[in-house]
Amino acid sequence: MAERVAACVACHGEQGRATTEGYYPRIAGKPAGYLFNQLVNFREGRRQNTTMTYLVSNLPDSYLREIADYFSAQNPPYAPPQRLLAAPAALERGRVLATAGDASKKLPACAACHGSALTGMAPAVPGLLGLPRDYLNAQFGAWSNRVRSAAAPDCMAQITSRLSAEDLGAITAYLSAQTVPPHAAPAAPTADRAKLPLDCGSIPRGAP
Amino acid sequence: MKRVLGWLLLLPLLALCVLLFMSYLAEREEPVVGGPAQDATVQAARGRYLALAGDCAACHTARGGATYAGGREIQTPFGSVYSSNLTPDSNTGLGAWSSDDFWRALHHGKSKDGRLLYPAFPYPNYTKVTRADADALFAYLKTLAPVAQANREAGLRFPYNQRLLLAGWRALYFRPGVFQPEAAQSAQWNRGAYLVQGLGHCNACHTSRDPLGGSETKADLAGGMIPVLNWYAPALTSGPESGLAKWDATQLARLLKTGVSDQGAVYGPMAETVYKSLQYLSDEDMGAMAGYLKSLPPARASAAAPPPSGESLARVMESGGRLYAKYCADCHGANGAGAPPAYPPLAGNHSLTMESAVNPIRMVLNGGFPPGTGGNPRPYGMPPFRLVLSGDETAAVVTYVRNSWGNSAGVVSPVEVSRYAAVPLE
Ligand code: HEC
Ligand code: HEC
Ligand code: HEC
Ligand code: HEC
Ligand code: HEC
Repeated sequence: MAERVAACVACHGEQGRATTEGYYPRIAGKPAGYLFNQLVNFREGRRQNTTMTYLVSNLPDSYLREIADYFSAQNPPYAPPQRLLAAPAALERGRVLATAGDASKKLPACAACHGSALTGMAPAVPGLLGLPRDYLNAQFGAWSNRVRSAAAPDCMAQITSRLSAEDLGAITAYLSAQTVPPHAAPAAPTADRAKLPLDCGSIPRGAP
Repeated sequence: MKRVLGWLLLLPLLALCVLLFMSYLAEREEPVVGGPAQDATVQAARGRYLALAGDCAACHTARGGATYAGGREIQTPFGSVYSSNLTPDSNTGLGAWSSDDFWRALHHGKSKDGRLLYPAFPYPNYTKVTRADADALFAYLKTLAPVAQANREAGLRFPYNQRLLLAGWRALYFRPGVFQPEAAQSAQWNRGAYLVQGLGHCNACHTSRDPLGGSETKADLAGGMIPVLNWYAPALTSGPESGLAKWDATQLARLLKTGVSDQGAVYGPMAETVYKSLQYLSDEDMGAMAGYLKSLPPARASAAAPPPSGESLARVMESGGRLYAKYCADCHGANGAGAPPAYPPLAGNHSLTMESAVNPIRMVLNGGFPPGTGGNPRPYGMPPFRLVLSGDETAAVVTYVRNSWGNSAGVVSPVEVSRYAAVPLE
């Protein structure tokens, strides 16, 4: 399989590890369902990146699933976090949003869905650590400009609409400054999608 | 003197008469005769197959949109045209159409209300489709779930946005007429010809266009640059040094059905054609198409490129060779033999040595996957090199693969590389 997907590692790094520099997101070790959804989203125009769309345009679901399974099963080490100049107050605000949320703004904790260690939740919620800050910022920009979307109801689009510019800066600074814990892996699936603070269409109902 | 003047005055009048006559030929409609009644399920199943052969869904589905609900943007040098809703919705689709209305669209290029249709809808090809096949197509479209989605009016520049002017275009380039089999040829040959010229609409890409967007009928399937898309669709005729002469008919059928073969793989717009259409054709039909293509005589003598030479070439070839060994040989082999079907051979690969180098340049810049088809469901991919190689290096390595292992073609300049690096992928 590694040989078949040599085209992918040209950008996403060996085994899909990426780096925290630059822009390419890590794809190694992310939940397989999440990766599959993204590949389909690029193919169907729900996410926009011309290279990604060009590469997967003529590939059937069965093969995209196999590619997703392959990268999901990779576990290469993470690079050290980005060194950023962020004010301590912003980092603290980011930590609060990630772990506790802000009820006054109807913002649930990111950890409620992305796992208590923010390393994702099987099968369809990705980890948030080890991603370049530019990439994180771009994703929120894409949700607010409606050029990224997931199956309805699109919970991340709702969350994005509730984040102020300052909160957004704080959360991406915090996330990209974290060291990824050793043996990071997605948390076990939630027993009931309805128990999540918001409904997310991309999480299969009745998971696992 | 007077007599000459009189003649001169007559000339425009004569021209007008010719044009009117041509217009008459383009617009003449034979009386509509419905095909014989058929078992509805059998007919719709056949229609489904014909719709795949005609690649109807590819154009009539927007990315991420409902299948056959239209709205896909087709870019032309004159602006954009949007495909129509073909689902049987009564307000926005074909729900209120009769099979006669459908026949007029496919065969005459006119909508139900009589509007002339833009030839971005390849009716100059589909006019060759028989009435029975058109009825089957329509019967199949009737079985789809209706989707309410209004058609989007074309965004063409003046004067191309004046549909009436299409009458002039049609007088010059369009003759309605069902495919007429050639008695001297076999049934298989005629089947191949019917599919290639009609539903397959291969010449929509594989024939060069003149400035008005008409295909040059005298050079049918002789190859051409596809406007806007900026890929070169090679000649499908068989010249001594060009076209499909060197293709083995079995490999050719395999290429068209699976996307890969021992002699090369498909890529760019051809990968979509195979993915969405050709892979679904039966082995018999594919064999017939390949056989017909192999029988085509050369359309025009293609001047063989003079083999490049000189000292500067030697330098380019040397650096190209070093880059090839470092970045390409792992997959395509030191001797260019590749490892088909995973990695196509580059030695003797016709798609590298055409006069225009756009295809190998864009492959090296962007990489790509052959389509994932029933016959090759898990294709191997090629990485993009635009981030790794400079313009000079890309030019050198493409020059190298075009002039090694018996290949012979022109030198590629960094200017050409940067021109195609700027072309959007979609
Ligand atoms: C030319 C560089 C390039 C290549 C080659 C490439 N990608 Fe990507 N990929 C990107 C970029 C850039 C993004 C981020 C796009 C965005 O901003 O949404 C991305 C995003 C992704 C994502 C979404 C990641 C996430 O966390 O949401 C997945 C999954 C992915 N790529 C898989 C692949 C696979 C599989 C291949 C091979 C078939 C591949 N990529 C080849 C550049 C590339
Ligand atoms: C109600 C559940 C839920 C909550 C709460 C939530 N997310 Fe998400 N998040 C998701 C889901 C589901 C996805 C996958 C969406 C998709 O398939 O495109 C996702 C995807 C993302 C991604 C894309 C990652 C990538 O690799 O492209 C980012 C970034 C993200 N979330 C950030 C956050 C942040 C920051 C918070 C807290 C402010 C948060 N999320 C809270 C469910 C949630
Ligand atoms: C290369 C793209 C392309 C392909 C392939 C294609 N079409 Fe179309 N079709 C179009 C476009 C664009 C229009 C709209 C033309 C216009 O607005 O004048 C259209 C219009 C039509 C119309 C007229 C609809 C109306 O409301 O007037 C019919 C009927 C139709 N197509 C049927 C088909 C069938 C059947 C097939 C397959 C055999 C097919 N098309 C394949 C691009 C395509
Ligand atoms: C949308 C445009 C388009 C259409 C329609 C199209 N082609 Fe192509 N075709 C291309 C392009 C571009 C290439 C060059 C890339 C490649 O070799 O895959 C190509 C390549 C080919 C090749 C490989 C030629 C060689 O020498 O390597 C064959 C054979 C071929 N096409 C046959 C067909 C047939 C038969 C049809 C009709 C059923 C068809 N094409 C319809 C665009 C098109
Ligand atoms: C990881 C393996 C791999 C590497 C490395 C690679 N290629 Fe490819 N190459 C492929 C595959 C697979 C295809 C078929 C892609 C397609 O059909 O879309 C291909 C197709 C091509 C084609 C089009 C020929 C055809 O028939 O499809 C050219 C030209 C080409 N490669 C040149 C190069 C050059 C030059 C390099 C080095 C700069 C290179 N390749 C490196 C795997 C590779």
